Amino acid sequence: MKKVIMGNHALSYGAMLSRTQVIAAYPITPQTQVVELLSEMCADGTLDAKFIKVESEHSAMAACLGASMAGARTFTATSAQGLALMHEMLHWASGGRMPVVLGDINRAMAPGWSIWTDQNDSLSQRDTGWIQFYCSSNQEVLDTVIQAYKVSEKLMIPSMVILDAFALSHTYEVVEIPEQEKVDAYLPPFNPPYRLTPDDPHAFGGLTAPDHYLELRYKLQKDMEKVPALVEETGREYEKMFGRYLGQVDDYLCDGAELVFVTSGTAGLTARVVVDELRAQGIKAGNLRIKLFRPFPFEQVRSILSRIPKVAVLDRNISYGHHGVFYQEVKSAMYGLPSQPAIFGFIAGLGGRDITRDSYKEIADYTLKHDRPEEEIVWIGVKQ
Amino acid sequence: MIEIRFHGRGGQGTVVASKILADALAKEGNYVQAYPEFGVERRGAPVFAFIRVDNKPIYDKSRIYTPDHVVVVDPTLVEAIDITDGLKDGGYIIINSPKKPEEFKFPDKFRVFTIDATDIAVRHQLGTLAAPIVNTAIVGAVVKILKLTKLESLIEAIREGVPLKQEENVQAAIEAYEKA
Repeated sequence: MKKVIMGNHALSYGAMLSRTQVIAAYPITPQTQVVELLSEMCADGTLDAKFIKVESEHSAMAACLGASMAGARTFTATSAQGLALMHEMLHWASGGRMPVVLGDINRAMAPGWSIWTDQNDSLSQRDTGWIQFYCSSNQEVLDTVIQAYKVSEKLMIPSMVILDAFALSHTYEVVEIPEQEKVDAYLPPFNPPYRLTPDDPHAFGGLTAPDHYLELRYKLQKDMEKVPALVEETGREYEKMFGRYLGQVDDYLCDGAELVFVTSGTAGLTARVVVDELRAQGIKAGNLRIKLFRPFPFEQVRSILSRIPKVAVLDRNISYGHHGVFYQEVKSAMYGLPSQPAIFGFIAGLGGRDITRDSYKEIADYTLKHDRPEEEIVWIGVKQ
Repeated sequence: MIEIRFHGRGGQGTVVASKILADALAKEGNYVQAYPEFGVERRGAPVFAFIRVDNKPIYDKSRIYTPDHVVVVDPTLVEAIDITDGLKDGGYIIINSPKKPEEFKFPDKFRVFTIDATDIAVRHQLGTLAAPIVNTAIVGAVVKILKLTKLESLIEAIREGVPLKQEENVQAAIEAYEKA
C-alpha cells in the first residue's frame, strides 16, 4: 500500500511493522511526531506494545535497556540535545549488547539554539559502539528500521536510523508500506540467548575486572566487523522480498567518473541531480552516498574510489580542530592504497543552511580547478 | 517537474492543503514531495508550504526557490509580502479572493486567477466566519486551474485525509472546482 507520509511517521511505521514491544521516549522537536504516532498506535491497539512515558532521554534509553534485557524488541527516537543526554546510556546499550533501535532526527547542537539539521548530534556518538545508518528518503527510513532490527538482533549491537530534520522529518513523500505478513517473514521475533527473567536469574553489567574487560571489547569490535557483510546480506534479502535493495552505500555513476561526490543524508540525493546536470555538460561526475557510517564501509569505499582521479567529500558536520567527519573517514579508507584520488573536504549546510544544486556546482568547480585541495576545509556558503 | 508554493497564515490549514494535494497527486501515480516552511509556525503569521510533483522519482531535496506557481490562501498577504518572489515567468498566481483577477496588479508575465474560497468555506460551515478553513476549497480550484489531478482523486484524498466534516469539505472542493 502506498501512502504519503512524513519522515517522522516513516520511523513510526517502521517500528510498528517490526512489532516493537516496548517504546520509551521523550519528545523533542523535530522528533516529537515519531512518538506521538506510536503512542496513538499503542493506545488504539494497532501496535501491541508498552509505551513508557519518561522524564528525560536518559531515562528513555534506560527504560529501553531494561526492556531489551528482558527480551523485548525496543524502540526510541530523539534529536540533538536529547541524544546527547542519552550519551551515557548509549554506551550501556552497546557494551551490554542490547539491540535497541533508535531513530535520530539529525538536528544541530545548541547553542546557538537550533531545530534545523546537521549531523553533529549523531556523529558526536560515533564511538559509542552503535551501528549508524544515514537515510535519504522516507522510504529508506521505513525500510531501514526493519533491516536495522534484523542486523542488530543477529549481532546484539544497537542501531541508529538517522534522518535529516525537516528535509525528511517534516517532508511528505510517497512511501510503500510493506505488508505485515511479509515483514514478519523477514524479521522473526526477537529471541536473545540470555534474558533477564526470574525463571533463570542472571546479572547484567556487573563489575568487570581487567582480566575480562578487554575481551568484552574485542568481541564487540569483532562483531562490529561483521556488520558490512550482514547489511549486504539482509539488504539483498530485503530486495528479494520487497523490491528495494538496502546497501552500505549508494553508487550513482561512479564507474569511470573523473569526479565523485561523497555524500550522505538528503544532500546525498540532491547530488544525483547535479551529477546528471554535470554529465549533460560533458563532465563525468558520480555520487557515492554513504548509507552505513558505523562501521564505515571501508571495503566498498576503497573499491569504488581507488580508480577515481578526484573525490569531493561533503560534510554537514565538523569535528572542531580537525575537519569534516566523513572526510576523515574517506581519507582513512584510502590511506596506503597504491592508487589514490585527490581528496577534497567541503563543509556546508550546518544548522540547516540549505545544500542546493548550486552548492554542488561550487564544489565541482573548486575540485576540477585544483590539483590538490589548498586548504584542509573548503567552506561552502559562509557569509563574510 | 512542477513546483508550487502556498502562502497562508498560521492556523488556516495551509500545510494541510499541500498535504491533501500531495495525496491526490500520489493517487494518480505521481511522485510528490510536500513540506512546510522549515521552522516554527505561529498563528496568524505568514506561513509557507511547498510541493514538488513529477512522474519520476524526485531526488532534489533542496528547498524550492523558483516555484512554477503560487497559491495565496490568505489574500491579505498580497499586500504584506512579495508573493511573486522567485516565481517563474508564465507562473500562475491563484488567490483566495472575491475580487476579479484584473483587480490585482501583477506584472504581465504572470497569470492571475481568483476563487472566493472563503465564501465557499463559510457556506459549507467549515470553520467560523472569523476563521474559515479554506484549504479544501482552494485545493479544489488549484487542481482545476493547474490541471493537476482528476476531481475524483481529490475527493478521495479529502475523504481519507481530513479529520472532520469530510462531506462538507468534499462539497466545498467540488464547488470551487466547478467555479474555478
